[in-house]
Amino acid sequence: MKKRTLTCISCPLGCQVTAEINKGEIVSVTGNTCKRGDVYARKELTNPTRIVTSTVEVIGGESSRLPVKTRTDIPKSMIFDCILALKGLKVKAPLKVGDVVLENVCGTGVDIIATKTIKTF
Amino acid sequence: MKYDIVIIGGGPAGLAAGKAAKQAGADSILILERDHELGGILNQCIHNGFGLHTFKEELTGPEYAERFIDKVCELGIEYKLNTMVMHIEKNKRVVAMNSSDGMFSIEAKSIILAMGCRERPRGSLNIAGYRPAGIFSAGTAQRLVNIEGFMTGREVVILGSGDIGLIMARRMTLEGAKVKAVAELMPYSGGLKRNIVQCLDDYGIPLKLSHTVVDIRGKERVTGVTIAEVDENFKPIAGTEEDFDCDTLLLSVGLIPENELSKEIGIEMNPVTNGPLVNDRLETSCEGVFACGNVLHVHDLVDYVSEEAALAGKNAARYVKKGSGAKAEQNITIEGKNGVRYTVPSTVNPELMEDFVTVRFRVGGVYKDRYISVKLDGEEIIRRKRPVMAPSEMEDIKLHKAKLCEKPEAKSITISIEEG
Amino acid sequence: MYDVVIIGAGVSGASTARELSRYKARICVVEKCEDVCCGTSKANSAIVHGGFDAETGSLMARLNLRGNLMMDKLCDDLDIPFKRNGSLVVCTDPEKLGDLYALYDRGLANGVRGLEVITDRNRLLEMEPNLADGVCAALHAPTGGIINPFVMNIAMAENANENGVEFRFNTEIMDIEKCEGGFVLHSENGNIKTRCVVNAAGLYTDKFHNIFAEKKIKIIPRRGDYYLLDKTAGQYVSKTVFELPNKMGKGVIVTPTVDGNLLVGPTAIDVTDKEATNTTGEGLDIVLEKSKHTVKNIPMRQVITSFAGLRAHEQGHEFIIGELSEALGFFDCAAIESPGLTAAPAIGEMLADLIKKRLGLEEKDDFIATRKAVFDPSGLSEGERTKLIKEKPEYGTIVCRCEMISAGEIIEAIHRPLGAKTLDGIKRQVRAGSGRCQGGFCTPKVMEIIAKELNMEMCDLTKSGKESRIVLGRNKDWI
Repeated sequence: MKKRTLTCISCPLGCQVTAEINKGEIVSVTGNTCKRGDVYARKELTNPTRIVTSTVEVIGGESSRLPVKTRTDIPKSMIFDCILALKGLKVKAPLKVGDVVLENVCGTGVDIIATKTIKTF
Repeated sequence: MKYDIVIIGGGPAGLAAGKAAKQAGADSILILERDHELGGILNQCIHNGFGLHTFKEELTGPEYAERFIDKVCELGIEYKLNTMVMHIEKNKRVVAMNSSDGMFSIEAKSIILAMGCRERPRGSLNIAGYRPAGIFSAGTAQRLVNIEGFMTGREVVILGSGDIGLIMARRMTLEGAKVKAVAELMPYSGGLKRNIVQCLDDYGIPLKLSHTVVDIRGKERVTGVTIAEVDENFKPIAGTEEDFDCDTLLLSVGLIPENELSKEIGIEMNPVTNGPLVNDRLETSCEGVFACGNVLHVHDLVDYVSEEAALAGKNAARYVKKGSGAKAEQNITIEGKNGVRYTVPSTVNPELMEDFVTVRFRVGGVYKDRYISVKLDGEEIIRRKRPVMAPSEMEDIKLHKAKLCEKPEAKSITISIEEG
Repeated sequence: MYDVVIIGAGVSGASTARELSRYKARICVVEKCEDVCCGTSKANSAIVHGGFDAETGSLMARLNLRGNLMMDKLCDDLDIPFKRNGSLVVCTDPEKLGDLYALYDRGLANGVRGLEVITDRNRLLEMEPNLADGVCAALHAPTGGIINPFVMNIAMAENANENGVEFRFNTEIMDIEKCEGGFVLHSENGNIKTRCVVNAAGLYTDKFHNIFAEKKIKIIPRRGDYYLLDKTAGQYVSKTVFELPNKMGKGVIVTPTVDGNLLVGPTAIDVTDKEATNTTGEGLDIVLEKSKHTVKNIPMRQVITSFAGLRAHEQGHEFIIGELSEALGFFDCAAIESPGLTAAPAIGEMLADLIKKRLGLEEKDDFIATRKAVFDPSGLSEGERTKLIKEKPEYGTIVCRCEMISAGEIIEAIHRPLGAKTLDGIKRQVRAGSGRCQGGFCTPKVMEIIAKELNMEMCDLTKSGKESRIVLGRNKDWI
């Protein structure tokens, strides 16, 4: 039986959660305050994921950069590929929160969406 | 110009205060914002992690701001952008300026202070060395990178592990810079644990606790910094110096509430928070002037700013309608003791208070498995176990009206950290 | 061929240029940095000294007094912030009272007016309530003052420029040779010919002096570390408070600045590198320790920045001003250390007089003696300010919120005769970025204004010229 201790990043509380692993199988998670901690620990030890945020260039908008994010979390190993996919990307104003600016980033099945409304200049 | 309520600052605190004041029945409300858009610092906080408490979902800063901005617009609350408040007066006259109206004054029945905070600059830290280009406070770099789209440098060292510093370590890394280390003077981090994991650990950025920058090199642009370990008195230990080549030093070494306007009208300040002293209605020593958000005390989480500001907004609306009605002799003082550095509010009025009052406070060190003890005139009324408490994480505790009314003669409440 | 080339656009060079611009002559100031006021002139105590300290009969004593006396008119003519706040040299050891009286006697001999030794501690505390407990007596010099050294330097340079003096920035002089009828100055940007040279190169005056002079000099950079405190601490003392002088200089002072901050410093540490304007931990500690001797409980929590300047010290501790007999037409303006800022107007006057005689210059009849500062709207009434903003909306946008500086002032600073091109240049002209947040909020906004007004790319903007670029690229450029 192996033990792994992690800091849950699901919320600002930052619980220290401990997972017990037996032959590659997670048999228990303890130390979490809510069920998100259990989910996080199991995911983090098997397929860690993150939400990625960045900005892209806006043309013709009140602001010159649009903040964006992956709609849901993507595999941690794909973070830099995702950022690279945003390099050089330009979008036209107007834009609304939630607008898709890049579909299915790097084949993750996750869209990049706008996180701010930007009116035309 | 006349308004019931003038709110100084259109960031998260001002927006939430405006929304709550309107919903509590205030008629005319004006928000004065110095930037070109509402939302304040949230506009540059493009990372996620906001709103779990308020909206039960995880949002980025701009998304969180937009929900409040939409609400403010929907409620028909007036606001002026690019507008700087130049002075305020005790009689609640607000003098402001912008490029379309010129200099103008507003007679307000109530003022809500929501100006936020500024970053502590390098000078206040006493770091020796040159003063080349390439030294930024983390928030300034955040604005340049996230709003303007410009990189402050390729190789970065960060001093201070406040949340903005940690967030910027990740932002700089993702945008193509190499972050070589984060140095923290204290033996513990100044930011949230989750940010250590997802901003530093994820990218293999070392966090050097009990370390500080002792020298900055480079005459024109930063060429490197020297980091050294510090002893228990925070003095650098000779022989522990380590040189880092870098072109950028970011500082995330603390935030200071921006209370220059508050001081103009003689509002009593709390020397620990650098914010106004307030009662449970978040009213300052100047009647009808309320404070909320980072101008009151520096918060870790915007969700709590919104919650606090809503209370200020509601009370300002009540003040406009009914006046203060408070009698000072009814006030019970609230004081932090034994590890509790301050409390907000610092008095509570059991007659006027709501069913409960949330008291927020910070502790002075890292405590494990201790109790928060609340005593009303020496008698313990609350005892709550906390597995971990740290200076970087704000604590709160609720005081219930029913409990306080049991002892009508009580004069003081103390909140302290206790063992076993 | 120029009539006169002045090497260095510091306060001495600018003063000489302005005084010479009264005459019909082709004059040029060459400066290795991107702006005026980039060396010793920008980092000092910003004090106008009474003139009791320098040795009686010395050039230093004479020019100090003369400069002090010229200051009111100069600042009036050129719109320079200046205040005679008076100074106190305090004595903390009854056994050293003799030294204080010696200073008083020297001041009298130097011609300083109004000096008084005060031995009544109560009277001293009435004047300055925060004096340290050990202070037992003080020399009061009511003619001492405080000045904005940047604006003084800029104002003299601007006025000279308006009167026809050319300025060449980013032009470092590598070597000087004699040629027929004068000198050839070799710079990175080509050769410059002139009949006369003024060597006002601050820390580098020895390099140029030694090319021609038989008696060599050596300028020793003597570093002074300072703390600058927020305006909330600006009233902590009202006069400039000195320690009793020692052989390294006038000791650590505590003084208000004319802009309303509190300044504490300097140290006096000899270094070898002429560009070593870095503060050191031990230097700053010395300032802290020594300031306690004269003023108690200085609110050091209010420090907003620390900096260091280098004095151009020479072992003779005397100004070296005048024509070299080995190279007629070559005028030294060397070893200008404290009280150089005070003496600057008199130094310019003296050098201009010498050069006028050498070249037989004629006075102009269209010399413009006055100059207006960058317009400061803070003194306007609400109505007046609104009227201004209706005409010029840029005065309605506050860019630097600590110092309350509007976009209008910054734009004017950029378009002045020797306009600001950098963040530091803007700061020296109009104080944007010099307040309690030290540019935290206004840096991106000031950058945008400079880029727009000068049609520059953000990535090409600098803090202080050359390699001091502020942002180095765009997001994801390096991925």
